[in-house]
Amino acid sequence: MSEGNKNVAQMKPGEVGIIAGFTDEHLSVKLLEMGCLPGAAIRFNFSAPLGDPVCISVLGYELSLRLDEAATISILT
Amino acid sequence: MPVSQRLKIAFVGNPNSGKSSLFNHLTGLNQKVGNFPGVTVEKRSGHSTLQNGSVAEIIDLPGIYSLYPRSIDERIVSEILLDHKADSCPDKIVVVADATNLKRGLLLLTQVIDVGLPTVLALNMIDLVAKAGISYDINALSNHLGVPVVPINARNGAGLEELRNVLSNPLENPAKKIFNVYNEAKDAVKTLRDQLHLDNDYEAYQFLQQPRSLGFITKENQNFIEEVSKRYNFFPGKFQGAETIQRYTFIQDLLDTVTLKTSDDSWKRYSSKLDKILVHKVWGYVIFFTVLFVIFQSIFAWATVPMDFIDGLFASVSNYLSGILPDGLLTRLLTEGVIPGIGGIIIFVPQIAILFACIAVLEESGYMARVVFLMDKIMRKFGLNGKSVVPLISGVACAIPAIMATRTIDNWKERTITIFVTPLMSCSARLPVFTILIALIVPDQLAFGFFNLQGLTLMGLYLLGFAAAMLSALVMKYIIQVKERSYLLMELPAYRWPKWSNVGFTIVEKTKAFVFEAGKVIIAISVVLWVLASYGPGDRIKNARENVLEESANLRLTEQGLDDRIAAYKLENSFAGIIGKGIEPIIRPLGFDWKIGIALITSFAAREVFVGTMATIYSIGSMEDQTTIKIRMKEEINPETGGPRFTPAVGFSLLVFYTFAMQCMSTIAIVYRETKGWKWPLMQLAYMSVLAYVSSFVVFQILS
Repeated sequence: MSEGNKNVAQMKPGEVGIIAGFTDEHLSVKLLEMGCLPGAAIRFNFSAPLGDPVCISVLGYELSLRLDEAATISILT
Repeated sequence: MPVSQRLKIAFVGNPNSGKSSLFNHLTGLNQKVGNFPGVTVEKRSGHSTLQNGSVAEIIDLPGIYSLYPRSIDERIVSEILLDHKADSCPDKIVVVADATNLKRGLLLLTQVIDVGLPTVLALNMIDLVAKAGISYDINALSNHLGVPVVPINARNGAGLEELRNVLSNPLENPAKKIFNVYNEAKDAVKTLRDQLHLDNDYEAYQFLQQPRSLGFITKENQNFIEEVSKRYNFFPGKFQGAETIQRYTFIQDLLDTVTLKTSDDSWKRYSSKLDKILVHKVWGYVIFFTVLFVIFQSIFAWATVPMDFIDGLFASVSNYLSGILPDGLLTRLLTEGVIPGIGGIIIFVPQIAILFACIAVLEESGYMARVVFLMDKIMRKFGLNGKSVVPLISGVACAIPAIMATRTIDNWKERTITIFVTPLMSCSARLPVFTILIALIVPDQLAFGFFNLQGLTLMGLYLLGFAAAMLSALVMKYIIQVKERSYLLMELPAYRWPKWSNVGFTIVEKTKAFVFEAGKVIIAISVVLWVLASYGPGDRIKNARENVLEESANLRLTEQGLDDRIAAYKLENSFAGIIGKGIEPIIRPLGFDWKIGIALITSFAAREVFVGTMATIYSIGSMEDQTTIKIRMKEEINPETGGPRFTPAVGFSLLVFYTFAMQCMSTIAIVYRETKGWKWPLMQLAYMSVLAYVSSFVVFQILS
């Protein structure tokens, strides 16, 4: 993987990115259904007080997911 | 019209799409809650009169995101929509979609359309769409999708007449297919369709995709499907992601065509402002624990008034009836067994109603999702779910409504663990037992100048219960092995004011479920316990008065004192008394004698019965106040040691026993109802009894 690769778990509040792909095939199917589509814009809103889970905006709504789930979504920045 | 010929309409939609609001609006109070055959998934159904006067049966299916299920609840929906040969197959389907978040709702709709049953799209929250500044060309949307589209507002009922109208008219199968089966799967699909006589390609394609999770497919056909799969190089789940992407591409193109105006999301601004406070590092938890405290207080404090009233009411009905009916077996069964049994069910109604009012408000407003968000990380470590917090805290008031509240947890494993450990939280029924025993063995003194020792002990017992619950959860996390992976992937819906009629429906539904389903078990057990405590072998109970008079001839008892002695004598010679004596060798290592043994048996109905039984057995049944009982218990002598019966060792052993032991038939009944079987309640009973026994044994042996 090249240096520019980053995943959603590494994003900071307010940061926006474009979904590049997924690293967990099983989970990717669920993420796709929830609207995390490759090429779609994703915004990192905030994380829970304990750092996990996190809240993102995708497809025009707010989705919460665990940090390890977020880490399977790679983004282009 | 016979029920079987009624039009069957199924409601399908995403969680938070307003599906249940629509269901409540259309069916009103004509709804009932049952279970789908063979599974614990709740089935809400009701009936509604359509425009043409015919009555339709409406089923509210669990909320789903797609026909590829994530949990057992979601599997039901796929099964109902794909099993076209079953009686339960709906005649018409209403897909309810949140119009402010249409893409995700349309994903599900396109799948349902491809299943090939007559479908209508109900575009809900159309008021919010207008407010957000979004505008759709409804006719174009309908034309492109090939199904009728009805904009509605399920909260105030706007558009429902039109929906009823559409549903009462004949409805064709959807005119279009959205997704075409991939070439690689075409041969396999054709083979399946021919062999299993399926209605359309997508149905056959779903059979290929998930042969094992669709429960209605027979073993034989499963093997056949797998053989076909193998022959054509297919495997379950293949192309699933590609299918989703293809559907979303279609949806994006469609929305580009039919959207007249889009929104900048500014309508959600106040919701995200609220989130800044409600999931804040400090304020988030402060507010959450305040909310929990309010819930806890309201079930603990507000419920006592109606509960005392119900208690008194049933006591007077019993008294009244035993006064006017001729004395006899049936009268006593009615006044001492059945009526108190019914009273023992109704008494939980205030707590259930209050807890579910609170939970409904949390769910409706969107705050419940934030609770999960805040607590997920901590609770997950213990094999629980963010939503487990509410049942656990409610368990401090009463385990019955708390266990019913676990329905909000989607994941089977996390829900089962929550149900299993919730009764370990010290409920309000333990309080009378705790207070009297603590008053007996812990001196009313201050430690370190300001901590009351008795108060500290009480708090210690609550913490002990809590620790036991969490540790048990942790152990179960490793014992229960399931294939179902735990996800969060949860929508954080925009905050809204709760709709009060929905809150009302929840209260009615939960109360009915408890009274009619758990109630049966409670009545049965209370009648059995009554028989055990009132009857015994031989003539001893019948001749109780004579025997007691003979024994205490030279005691010059008052009439009251005599009655108390007779009551004690009867209890001692009843089946319960005999069992109590019978288990004495078993409970002796815990420091208990047969009198405590009898109280353990009778208090299985409910823990607080312990105090009453102790009063009866010590012949002070007519003076059931705490001080008298306490003094009498203090005077009780252990014949073996010559010292007091209730030494600190015995007292602490009993306290620990009541902290851990199940000792509540209503909990068993509700766990039976919620898990749909005797496996979990019996395991729970065994686990808690063993835990109580071993802990009491250790405590007694160390202290004595």
